[in-house]
Amino acid sequence: MIVELLITAFLVIGGLFGIVGSYGLIKLTDAMQRLHGPTKSTTLGVGGVLIASMLYFGFVDHHVSFHELLITLFLFITAPITAHFMAQTYLRMHTKESELPPTGRRYGWSIYQDPPVVEEDE
Amino acid sequence: MIAYALTFAFVCFGLGLLICLWRLLRGPTRADRILALDTMVINMIAILVLYGLKNGTAVYFEASMLVAMVGFVSTVAYCRFLLRGDIIE
Amino acid sequence: MLKRIFPHPLLSLLLLIVWTMLVNKVTLGNLLLGVIIGIALPIMTAAYWPERALIKSPLKVVSYIALVVWDIVVANVQVALIILFKPTSKINSQWVTVPLELTSPEAITVLAGTITMTPGTVTALLSADGGSLLVHCLHTDDPQGEIDGIKTRYEARLKEIFA
Repeated sequence: MIVELLITAFLVIGGLFGIVGSYGLIKLTDAMQRLHGPTKSTTLGVGGVLIASMLYFGFVDHHVSFHELLITLFLFITAPITAHFMAQTYLRMHTKESELPPTGRRYGWSIYQDPPVVEEDE
Repeated sequence: MIAYALTFAFVCFGLGLLICLWRLLRGPTRADRILALDTMVINMIAILVLYGLKNGTAVYFEASMLVAMVGFVSTVAYCRFLLRGDIIE
Repeated sequence: MLKRIFPHPLLSLLLLIVWTMLVNKVTLGNLLLGVIIGIALPIMTAAYWPERALIKSPLKVVSYIALVVWDIVVANVQVALIILFKPTSKINSQWVTVPLELTSPEAITVLAGTITMTPGTVTALLSADGGSLLVHCLHTDDPQGEIDGIKTRYEARLKEIFA
């Protein structure tokens, strides 16, 4: 009974976060702002669904599966990387370096300027 | 009770997919389209897991894991293509 | 000699664990195959990752992961509330520059990933010499506070973890 309640709760929470993350896509006006919704909320939404399914298969169906854990791990590792790539793509195509704050160092941001040459010791 | 929650979650992620589709068609920038595609992949993973839960089989986890990996690689490949005009240097 | 067989001991261990979880059954054969993969893959990819990432205290890694997971949940509730209830005109997005004290690429990667997953911030760019990060805040009235938060909450802990 308690397990059933927990599964229901996680399913509802996961669904809510999923819809909120996607809703951010149409509500927010700026492309950089839109990046925030899906990278966070949708990932947690899927996380909630995966926890629910882990509970279901563990306690109701009595066969433990590690695949949910792997999917969660994989999503949480890849979400920042895809977000970083999409931010780079957007900035590269639609923003000039003068619109961004300065780096506070001698070199500019990496997509506008090549890295300083480091001598390699072979 | 679980059945109702399942239906609710299905509706949520299905609506999410539709919203992403709208953003994919609307644009306005290419980064938005990639973001919409990436979000669609994540929503699709959730729907696959929910479908497996509904039918009580664990077969769909392998499918959703494959979708997760292919989605990640394709997003990165598309971004790299736009960034450098080349995927593998 | 030992370094040639195990270029990245932690990566080998991780590969073994992930393989076992992937096949979903703990048998002798699966474990053996996992060990073979765990030894072979790091040797094959050693050329792309010549230096070894040093982790000083594994206990702190566990507490760091716990902290980040908790922050992810809190962050998601905050971002969801902003998306749902804040009128678009009132969302005050800003760029901030976070100067880095970390130097190793692994540590900077972990920090950038953590920033992306936690409260209303996304890492966008790294400066050309790897000395500062460009971070986009979804909603903030206090940019300096965000920078200080990132530095004290995550960077200080990562500095203790990575040698």
